[in-house]
Amino acid sequence: MDSQFQFDWQAAINSIPFLIKGIPYTLLISFGGLMIGFALGIIFGLLSINKKWFLRWPATAYIEIFRGTPILVQVLFIFYGLPDLIGGPIDPLTAGIAAIALNSGAYISEVVRGGVQSIDKGQSEAGLSLGLSRTQTFWSIIWPQAFRRMIPPLGNQAIVSIKDTSLFSVIGVGELVRQGQVYIASTFTAFEVYFVVAIMYLAITLSLSLILRLVERRGLASV
Amino acid sequence: MTHIVQMKGMNKYFGKLHVLKDIDLSVEQGEVVVIIGASGSGKSTLIRCVNGLEEFESGHLEVEGQKLAPKGGNQEALSNIRKEVGMVFQQFNLFPHLTVKKNIMLAPQKVKNTPQTVANATAERLLERVGIGSQADKYPTHLSGGQQQRVAIARALAMEPRLMLFDEPTSALDPEMIGEVLDVMRELAREGMTMMVVTHEMGFAREVADRVIYIHEGQIVEQGKPDDVFDNPQNERTQAFLSRVLAH
Repeated sequence: MDSQFQFDWQAAINSIPFLIKGIPYTLLISFGGLMIGFALGIIFGLLSINKKWFLRWPATAYIEIFRGTPILVQVLFIFYGLPDLIGGPIDPLTAGIAAIALNSGAYISEVVRGGVQSIDKGQSEAGLSLGLSRTQTFWSIIWPQAFRRMIPPLGNQAIVSIKDTSLFSVIGVGELVRQGQVYIASTFTAFEVYFVVAIMYLAITLSLSLILRLVERRGLASV
Repeated sequence: MTHIVQMKGMNKYFGKLHVLKDIDLSVEQGEVVVIIGASGSGKSTLIRCVNGLEEFESGHLEVEGQKLAPKGGNQEALSNIRKEVGMVFQQFNLFPHLTVKKNIMLAPQKVKNTPQTVANATAERLLERVGIGSQADKYPTHLSGGQQQRVAIARALAMEPRLMLFDEPTSALDPEMIGEVLDVMRELAREGMTMMVVTHEMGFAREVADRVIYIHEGQIVEQGKPDDVFDNPQNERTQAFLSRVLAH
């Protein structure tokens, strides 16, 4: 077995301008989806610890369904399945954002639940004993503390979701992987192109990690 | 006499455990009532019922003329009571995400819509009063336990309560810090604050209390003037308890 393979640096460099066009889509789908997912996570995370069963059960069902099924199936369902139901096509970008939103929303719900439940009961007792309502106690005392504890797992989820967008090449969104596939189809330089694609993901996720670490340090400094 | 707190035949259960049994107790304005008893006797639960942190199952409980209903009924009375009753906890329960001053300003601003400048001035005055005026802009974790508990007292006082509940306020403190907290409480009592204090500090009880109540297994078995209860306890359970805690 003689491998004559040599990494073609020129091919890798040549692919960059084409591949880089995928980054805005990757970022738009992941951060657009994550922002909606964060809103969903707050809503369903709080509902999932509500005392009333008719609020708690639907929230738990949502969380279990979207955590328990693959995101690839979810996006295929939204892109190919939902149009039958709503009687019109859904564009791939919308489908991708929706899939990230619903999927990350389920995980973020659990992050929110864990964060809120980790705050000592004495904190809400102190708030209530001072005359604050349950709502005031939650938003001025519990939530700010819980949110700080949620930053690391939220960062984790953001990184997972960014990488999940790579699966959406299957529905034809022009994100990073899709751009790579299109490029390879005419150049046959798979090794070099996927190498560059991987580096680009790494650049995005590493910058995010760095930002999160700074945010975390600043958040903890005051506690 | 004005009753600030009135309990009649009050019962409280934790599941099957009967923690408070037919409690009859009233507290008059300006009175300092110290509640003593072994751990698990129900003394903390008793004062936690006063501001509704614990619900009771049956009986009568009235605070500041507001009737609390069993099982957490009458939320309106409860919220009125909490505005008038301050509480100090064993573990301080300061808000770690807020500075000392903001800890004190929070409730007046949120509950009474006190303007920020007024709340700020009140906070500074109260911090001076409890002897930690210089720590206003620090976060609670940067303070010693004794300082934290004094902030907690100031935080409760900022709502201008008519009654203060103290739930073992010195039990989590290092011995050398107990005195500074008791000093603040002594001063409050001297100024006429109505207080219900659960404590193991028998010296404080003897000196400051108008009345000492001994609770055993959820029942008030003895009460009276501190000198009478400490020097001449009538009930044999009180005698046994006091001989254990006063022995050393």
